[in-house]
Amino acid sequence: MPVRLYLNNVGKSFTMHLQGGTVIPVVEKVEFSVNAGECVVLGGPSGAGKSSILKMIYGNYRCDEGQILVTAGDEIVNIASAEPRKVLRLREDTIGYVSQFLRTIPRVSAEDVVAEPLIAQGTSEEEGVDKARSLLSRLNVPERLWTLPPATFSGGEQQRVNIARGFIAHYPILLLDEPTASLDAANRAVVVRLVEEKKAQGVAMVGILHDQDVREQIADRIIDVTGFSAEAAA
Amino acid sequence: MNAFPTTDPLLQVHNVTRYYGDRIGCADVSFDLWPGEVLAIVGESGSGKTTLLNCLSTRLAPTAGAIEYRMRDGTMRNLYQLTEAERRLLMRTDWGFVHQNAAEGLRMNVSAGANVGERLMAVGERHYGNIRSTADDWMGRVEIDSDRIDDDPRSFSGGMRQRLQIARNLVTRPRLVFMDEPTGGLDVSVQARLLDLLRRLVADLGLSVVIVTHDLAVARLLSHRIMVMRHGNVIESGLTDQVLDDPREPYTQLLVSSILQV
Ligand SMILES: Nc1ncnc2c1ncn2[C@@H]1O[C@H](COP(=O)(O)OP(=O)(O)OP(=O)(O)O)[C@@H](O)[C@H]1O
Ligand SMILES: Nc1ncnc2c1ncn2[C@@H]1O[C@H](COP(=O)(O)OP(=O)(O)OP(=O)(O)O)[C@@H](O)[C@H]1O
Ligand SMILES: [Mg+2]
Ligand SMILES: [Mg+2]
Repeated sequence: MPVRLYLNNVGKSFTMHLQGGTVIPVVEKVEFSVNAGECVVLGGPSGAGKSSILKMIYGNYRCDEGQILVTAGDEIVNIASAEPRKVLRLREDTIGYVSQFLRTIPRVSAEDVVAEPLIAQGTSEEEGVDKARSLLSRLNVPERLWTLPPATFSGGEQQRVNIARGFIAHYPILLLDEPTASLDAANRAVVVRLVEEKKAQGVAMVGILHDQDVREQIADRIIDVTGFSAEAAA
Repeated sequence: MNAFPTTDPLLQVHNVTRYYGDRIGCADVSFDLWPGEVLAIVGESGSGKTTLLNCLSTRLAPTAGAIEYRMRDGTMRNLYQLTEAERRLLMRTDWGFVHQNAAEGLRMNVSAGANVGERLMAVGERHYGNIRSTADDWMGRVEIDSDRIDDDPRSFSGGMRQRLQIARNLVTRPRLVFMDEPTGGLDVSVQARLLDLLRRLVADLGLSVVIVTHDLAVARLLSHRIMVMRHGNVIESGLTDQVLDDPREPYTQLLVSSILQV
């Protein structure tokens, strides 16, 4: 299967100017690739830099060193040096991201929040909302909530809206940051099936999954991030 | 449907500098703005945001630097070399300017409908029925009841006035809209409604926007890209969520940390 994502010698640290310029080294010499149809899980203890790596791939955190190469159509783009509008374009059609928490948008209903990425890819509003409803229903979000803005939903309900939003559109690369953290067993099982469907469609996935069960079911490969620890390498 | 389909910038800003006597308003600002792109300018009071916005919108001549704009015919023109007639036509049709104080952007002593209709007449619409129905349609789009069309804006609440100002600006289908603190001075629930409306309209119309705000939550919600200003200089810029979540400059870190969650 073709390589979709390649991290080459990636390094990241934070300089905290408000704390006297303390430098927090996060990771160094991160090197791995992900093929189409493969799910790579990042492992390692809290603070090891797992989320930071996902955020760099999404362009949300800057990449200080190295390259993050993404296959987008017939082009290879280095996220680490891409212009903002290029990154936004990739987020629309190439890289999806399911974060741990839903960032609510005032006054937008759950079904519209979910449908938005699909509509942005050119699907009609009607079809987008239809598909949003079927995903919300698969994830057991009660129908009476669909037309309400998610700001007042419970943590688990918001998380399921977030998952539906992350899985609705087709992205060749999908990043998952603890998508099952606040879910019960039944809903975890739904997420496992959603991931399997994406794999079958050839989507390359990078995930962070604390839940042992889910991890065993979906991981093709586990990469221990402590191997990229900046302190260890220093 | 794709974001930013075109490869040509709409606006190119080269080293724009404005002094007030020997005081710096803004210094050496350069950037490009693409069609459909929303750029937020943030920074503390007195950092030069309004000065820059006014230079860009030809309301205040820069002391140095150049600003080029892509006209509808595709040619790139230096804004300060346009004739007065060309410049006024741009301001009336191709551009919008949303002021913090709606009274500055509206005519307070004519009806709401006329406020919207007036800009249409400026682009040559003469048919009363068309003007009236377009005005009515825009009142609906900014969520003002159509039975208020003959009232004048003095009888409107702050939030309604601001929505009317937006309708007045957007009715001519401008390509570029400047906004100076459009949600400032409104209370929080009114702000949320206005922001949601702006977010939808900007996306639906594919507008390019330069928006000045000191509210990072507004920048987060509306903008693709952000420029942080301090003492007249742009000290940091980039993708909005990257600058807000991984700020690099000491001043930006301070700005981001002084709010709880954006
Ligand atoms: N925006 C930020 N600014 C400053 N430091 C940060 C920022 N984001 C992360 N860090 C620091 O970087 C390090 C790695 O954090 P990260 O969130 O990537 O870890 P993680 O492996 O995902 O941990 P967890 O399992 O707890 O989610 C931590 O020391 C964290 O405090
Ligand atoms: N007409 C003027 N004459 C003299 N100095 C001016 C004038 N307008 C602005 N200034 C000065 O230029 C600097 C930048 O002002 P500007 O209005 O651009 O700031 P701003 O970032 O918009 O601030 P705010 O957030 O308070 O609106 C300030 O030091 C201000 O005092
Ligand atoms: Mg994490
Ligand atoms: Mg100002």
